[in-house]
Amino acid sequence: MAALNTFRALARRPVLVAGLLVIATVAAAALFAPWLAPYAPDNQIYDGLSLEGAPLPPSHEFLLGTDTLGRDLLSRLIYGARTSLLIGLVANGTAVLIGLTVGVFAGYFGGLPGGLLMRFTDLMTAFPALLLAIVLAALLKPSLWIVAMVIAMVNWVQVARIAYTETRSLAERDFILAERAMGAGHLRILGRHILPHLVPTAIVWGTLGIATTVLLEATLSFLGIGVQPPEPSWGNIVFESQSYFQSAPWLVFFPGAAILATALSFNLVGDALRDLLDPTQRGRD
Amino acid sequence: MLALFARRAVQAALILLGVAAITFVLLYALPADPAVLLAGRNATPATVASIRHQLGLDLPLPVQFWNYLVNLLHGDLGRSFNQKTAVAPLILARLPATLTLMAAGIAIEVAIGLTLGVIAALRRDGVVDRLVMTLSFVGVSTPQFLVALLLLYIFAATLGWFPMSGYGTPAHLVLPAFTLGILGAGWYARVVRSAMIEVLGQDYVRTANAKGLSAPRVVLRHALPNALLPVIAMIGIDIGQFMSGTVVVEAVYGWPGIGQLAWQAIQQVDIPIIMGVTLVSAFAIVLGNLVADLAAPLIDPRIRAA
Amino acid sequence: MLKTLMRSTALAAALALAPAAALSVALPTPAAAQAQGGDIVVTYKDDIATLDPAIGYDWQNWSIIKSLFSRLMDYTPGTPDLVPSLAESFTVSPDGLTYTFKLRKGVKFTNGREVVPADVKYSIERAVDPKTQGPGAGFFGAIAGFDDFTAGKATGLAGIETPDADTVVFKLSRPDATFLHVLAINFSSIVPKEAVEAAAGDFGKKPVGSGTFVLKEWVIGQKLVFARNPDYFVKGVPHIDSFTIEIGQEPLVALLRLQKGEVDIAGDGIPPAKFLEMSKGPDAKEMIVDGQQLNTGYVTLNTHIKPLDNVKVRQALNMAINKDRIVRIVNGRATPANQPLPPLMPGYDTAYKGYAYDVAKAKELLKEAGYPDGFSTVLYSTNTDPQPRIAQAIQQDLAAVGVKAEIKALAQSNVIAAGGTEGEAPMIWSGGMAWIADFPDPSNFYGPILGCAGAVQGGWNWSWYCNEELQKRAVAADSMSDPAKSAERVEAWKKVFIDVMADAPWIPIFNERRVVAKSKRMGGEPNIYIDPTRVINYDAIFVKN
Repeated sequence: MAALNTFRALARRPVLVAGLLVIATVAAAALFAPWLAPYAPDNQIYDGLSLEGAPLPPSHEFLLGTDTLGRDLLSRLIYGARTSLLIGLVANGTAVLIGLTVGVFAGYFGGLPGGLLMRFTDLMTAFPALLLAIVLAALLKPSLWIVAMVIAMVNWVQVARIAYTETRSLAERDFILAERAMGAGHLRILGRHILPHLVPTAIVWGTLGIATTVLLEATLSFLGIGVQPPEPSWGNIVFESQSYFQSAPWLVFFPGAAILATALSFNLVGDALRDLLDPTQRGRD
Repeated sequence: MLALFARRAVQAALILLGVAAITFVLLYALPADPAVLLAGRNATPATVASIRHQLGLDLPLPVQFWNYLVNLLHGDLGRSFNQKTAVAPLILARLPATLTLMAAGIAIEVAIGLTLGVIAALRRDGVVDRLVMTLSFVGVSTPQFLVALLLLYIFAATLGWFPMSGYGTPAHLVLPAFTLGILGAGWYARVVRSAMIEVLGQDYVRTANAKGLSAPRVVLRHALPNALLPVIAMIGIDIGQFMSGTVVVEAVYGWPGIGQLAWQAIQQVDIPIIMGVTLVSAFAIVLGNLVADLAAPLIDPRIRAA
Repeated sequence: MLKTLMRSTALAAALALAPAAALSVALPTPAAAQAQGGDIVVTYKDDIATLDPAIGYDWQNWSIIKSLFSRLMDYTPGTPDLVPSLAESFTVSPDGLTYTFKLRKGVKFTNGREVVPADVKYSIERAVDPKTQGPGAGFFGAIAGFDDFTAGKATGLAGIETPDADTVVFKLSRPDATFLHVLAINFSSIVPKEAVEAAAGDFGKKPVGSGTFVLKEWVIGQKLVFARNPDYFVKGVPHIDSFTIEIGQEPLVALLRLQKGEVDIAGDGIPPAKFLEMSKGPDAKEMIVDGQQLNTGYVTLNTHIKPLDNVKVRQALNMAINKDRIVRIVNGRATPANQPLPPLMPGYDTAYKGYAYDVAKAKELLKEAGYPDGFSTVLYSTNTDPQPRIAQAIQQDLAAVGVKAEIKALAQSNVIAAGGTEGEAPMIWSGGMAWIADFPDPSNFYGPILGCAGAVQGGWNWSWYCNEELQKRAVAADSMSDPAKSAERVEAWKKVFIDVMADAPWIPIFNERRVVAKSKRMGGEPNIYIDPTRVINYDAIFVKN
């Protein structure tokens, strides 16, 4: 019965279904990359470049063409899905975790420490995010994990603010005041009453945030300070191909489309989750 | 209201101080030594040491920071290591370009967003509505550099409708502003739409409708002004986002703004310029957030209570 | 010189190499025969950092500063041949320790004042003064009193004397065969003291000199306009009336504009993709200028880090790299290199064969050295395209002999910092920071980058290579300042570099060719657009009638 309801709910939302399909495809590509990719992602094939050193257009042999080092673009895109998803999950997971911790702590306990935490959050909001990411990425010698941490440092703020607002409004509700009056411990109140209410927020931001993360990773890599070569990421594929934008547009188009489709899908699914999990937020930003 | 404003101003100043402190520490923890870069390959260690001393790089970090703050209070952002000239004029010279670009980008966002948002609200659940709702996500999911490269390729390189790069005439502004504007427009449309729907459902609008006032009149007189409030809040937030989001757009279109300046400075570890741009950007963001915060209580009574 | 910071992607792309054929040594037609007039537009991506000749040291402002100022010595356009410029004549004492210059009479700065010997003394002291914070001080190390002045024990250079109204005498503390070249580099440009002081620290934005052009307008972040100096002391020079430098222009965009006729010279060169397209176009011959420059791209092997401290390992790595394939990646705009010096440089050894690409032999050597299964290491590179790509090609070749190199692609300043920190960077790909000579003399490729003096904290000898015996021979070679011994001196340098290769502190990868795009109306031989000492020679280029 429940399955049937879910099915009906999905049938009314074709856009959501499309989003889920894209996410499933990307996830499958990431998980099964070694079996799906026709070539090793970092194999610079000697005949993968023209005699003049130009990348080859899509052909029978290289379905999406080759890149500027003669590597198979399709294989790099498939492995790139791994990088993007991994960074998306790790960076965003960390961001949600930090955000929730800070927001709940500040919202629940309030007082001076809470106030300080939220002022610190304000401070982080005032940082130009991209600039901060660029400076951090240049400061720390980049690797996939560092990129993920840099993105997390930039992205946790939003979650913290929402968690803070929600915790505040929960903490002042009658039933919690009553529990407190009855002598319930903080842990119990947090665990029983506050955190469960924040689960929808965590899920929604856990999903929406992946879109932001995928985009930010692509931008950092586009600027040459993201994932280190030869590890493929959709952003650094575009970075390496920028100058071929006109003569080999496929090198920019395919990774660009992958970034767009993935970010879009996570946004759509996240939005749908928000509708499903929290009807009061429906239609709001 | 005045007291609130004063409190906010103090908070903003403290935030800026914090931003300055963090940026300062981050930058001076960089492994690169600006003095070595300045002195060049043939320098003797004595020359490097002398330059380090003149730049004050041999002082303890807190002292360096204090000196920086004192200068800052005099409006002095220091001197660029690389260009050997005062930072403030460098930023001031480029600020108009970034502000123009931001203003144009926001104008495009608001124009498209308002139009689509109102139509979507009036035709709720119609085709236009669904399209707008979906497109708004496409906007926030598209990498800026992709749109920038595409617009450049189609409208400048291929069709030749606009100049490819540069600054000065309105024609130069079109493509960079659209790159910034179209991605965010969908989001404005969403916000306008939901605000409109809420307003349209309220009693006084219903009353106005019942009194037989014409639909356009009701929309323009009653519903739209209310829907504008969240737009103001969003503009506040956008100012902050654009301040650091123009790096890519400025790079692709050769727009002489502070994003370009920052990117070059980061490559060269020109710390005074990076500090200056970060502070100016942070200032704009704080200002933007202030607008958003002050506008927020007007929008949602629940936030006012909190 | 390190035309320093090749900052942009574009820049990197611009330096890609080219087929060896294009080396043109033809002299430009005499000045009088050339068309006069014309206003041209040049584009760059990055801002012009400064026009102060004591400070400017990147490949963009290098050309401009050359034309804004004049120096005692200069070069015949398009060649490495020294000629007196502000100096009318000069003599060198037999011991090579005293240089006496007679100044040309009646030369005026563009502020109207005549150039006098005191200006020469002031200008060079300014370049050396640590307070100037310029990168060129080290070039003047041979002038007597240098150490006292840089250490703050003297207020000027005791070795520069101005006995009368038209004479300048340089006393050296040791013979320096490159001294005339030193007087021709930008740091030796003559500036008027009053203008420097009036600019109050902003001379780089308000330059005054006695060169071929004057800065008319500088709109920060947008453009610089230069007009000809009508009073320049050589009649008929320069040929164009003005040039405008537009900045912030992506190289690709600049080229599209150039093809439309809106731009005359795309200063950042041609990115690889565009190069292939343009070189097939009908106007390729007229629009693409392609020439060699005094540059070598190399990988440093840190002799202080295991297992690269083992010469056999370093030799093995030299044999492991397929340079032909790397040249293909840069669209053939380079020639494989086998020694530190570029082919155009005096002292280049055409007979030397270097370490041939031989995977089997490389593996063998590694085995002998005790690394039959290879080892793991780190390869640094700057993070502007195409450098990370070239690093990846090197990485793949190393993997073929069992050496696993992790790539760290960092901002250039961080790579420089890692290179100058002992024990930090095992291997560095020099691309984007490549050593382009300050002046056409082999010594310029030794001192800071292969000599013992550079193997220090914050130094530029990133191999941390120091061979005392070679160092002695290098010092001896630089002391042969008698022009009659110049052939012998070049021969001595040639041997030094070949013996350096026996120790294999570098893997020379390729010599890049510079490719510049110009509009069809621009005239002149390739060697004034890719001048070995100037890059673009604004004094010599002209607009065809």
